[in-house]
Amino acid sequence: MAKMDPDRVRPDALIARGHHDMGGLPAGRVEPSEHDYAQWERRVDALMVLLSGVKGGAPRLTVDELRKNIEAIGPEAYEKMGYYERWVTSITQTMIQRGIVTTDELGRKMEQVRARQDVACKK
Amino acid sequence: MQEIAGAGQYPTHHPSVPTQFAPGDRVRVRATAPLGHIRTPFYIRGHVGMIERYCGAYPNPEELAQMRDGLPAQPLYRVRFLQCEVWPDYAGRPEDTIDIEIFQHWLERLDEGLAA
Amino acid sequence: MSSPQDLGNYQALTYFQLMEVSLRELLVEKGVVTEDAVNATVEDMRRRGPETGARVVARAWVDAEFKRQLLDNGTRACEALGIDVPALRLVVIENTPQVHNVIVCTLCSCYPRMLLGLPPEWYKSRNYRSRVVHEARVVLEEFGLRIPDATAIHVHDSTADMRYMVLPMRPAGTEGWDEARLASIVTRDSMIGVAVPNL
Repeated sequence: MAKMDPDRVRPDALIARGHHDMGGLPAGRVEPSEHDYAQWERRVDALMVLLSGVKGGAPRLTVDELRKNIEAIGPEAYEKMGYYERWVTSITQTMIQRGIVTTDELGRKMEQVRARQDVACKK
Repeated sequence: MQEIAGAGQYPTHHPSVPTQFAPGDRVRVRATAPLGHIRTPFYIRGHVGMIERYCGAYPNPEELAQMRDGLPAQPLYRVRFLQCEVWPDYAGRPEDTIDIEIFQHWLERLDEGLAA
Repeated sequence: MSSPQDLGNYQALTYFQLMEVSLRELLVEKGVVTEDAVNATVEDMRRRGPETGARVVARAWVDAEFKRQLLDNGTRACEALGIDVPALRLVVIENTPQVHNVIVCTLCSCYPRMLLGLPPEWYKSRNYRSRVVHEARVVLEEFGLRIPDATAIHVHDSTADMRYMVLPMRPAGTEGWDEARLASIVTRDSMIGVAVPNL
């Protein structure tokens, strides 16, 4: 069987090779950047720990679903979004896929939270 | 059926597919590009390596990603590759290696897959 | 309408921050998680950091039997030191004069979080994940680490259920040091493999 030749896959064939599957591709200099995690990012991380059952609760999702939904984000968004922005998007998509929250519930809650914010802002 | 590779470094208790490979076996990573969630990196597809250790059998991540249980568990191996064989323009030492965890269903014994 | 100066330190939530608040509130309302559990988990992850891994390395440097156990089953060895590492299947890889090891997750960002805490930003970056698998020596030089020409480099791509930590070599000049002093020179980057401990 012929060895898979990455060059035989056209560069714009974004389906055969996932955008996240980047080992061996050309890239720039590694910037040894550090990141002081914001509290909301730590909460996203904590939500993943809890929902995946590491702390003993019934697992509501798997890390595999998290990864799959990050991979589904699409190349441009993947590059432009921050790490925990991808995580919160993926966790939310997974909760909708699992039927734990619905799109409608999420939309109404987001409106509610935004409205609360606006009130607080005006005080 | 006797397990070829033993229980694995971190055995699990899932019902699992029997092991086909043991440390030292030469294996080829299947050269295919299916859809779905895959944990076999694109860069290693079609390459030949050697079983470095048997990790244990784990639920198939391709199935777990689709909200299925991934059982029976698939044997997972660390497979060692020579870098100079993986990359056409590799500029490091001939002894440099890369070790990758690969599930059994992505591996075939080296003499398989040849045309009759 | 409020004027800008009324806002003080107030900053509007971004779209993703809004999503985090909304998802968390929904999950709490549905009894899936509690605010207390979220806060406790945040604090738990804050307490996990490279200092814990450094303790493990220092112990392996002074205790040959512990080192053997660590290389055989990293998780069990950590637990023997009283370190809580839920769900971690740790594979410890030893640096030697002949071999230098470096860890990556090309597909995402797998990292032994329960032992070492949250990974650095660069570990999750496109540039690291893409390049360290095929030009490790060059990438290590970008980190300021020059590997001797005669030393082989072994890269480990963390693609599945194992998690990896490098056991660096104990530097010369540390003879007679106690474990705490030894641990103080073991950096996070040396346990990933992009650095080595320095005096």
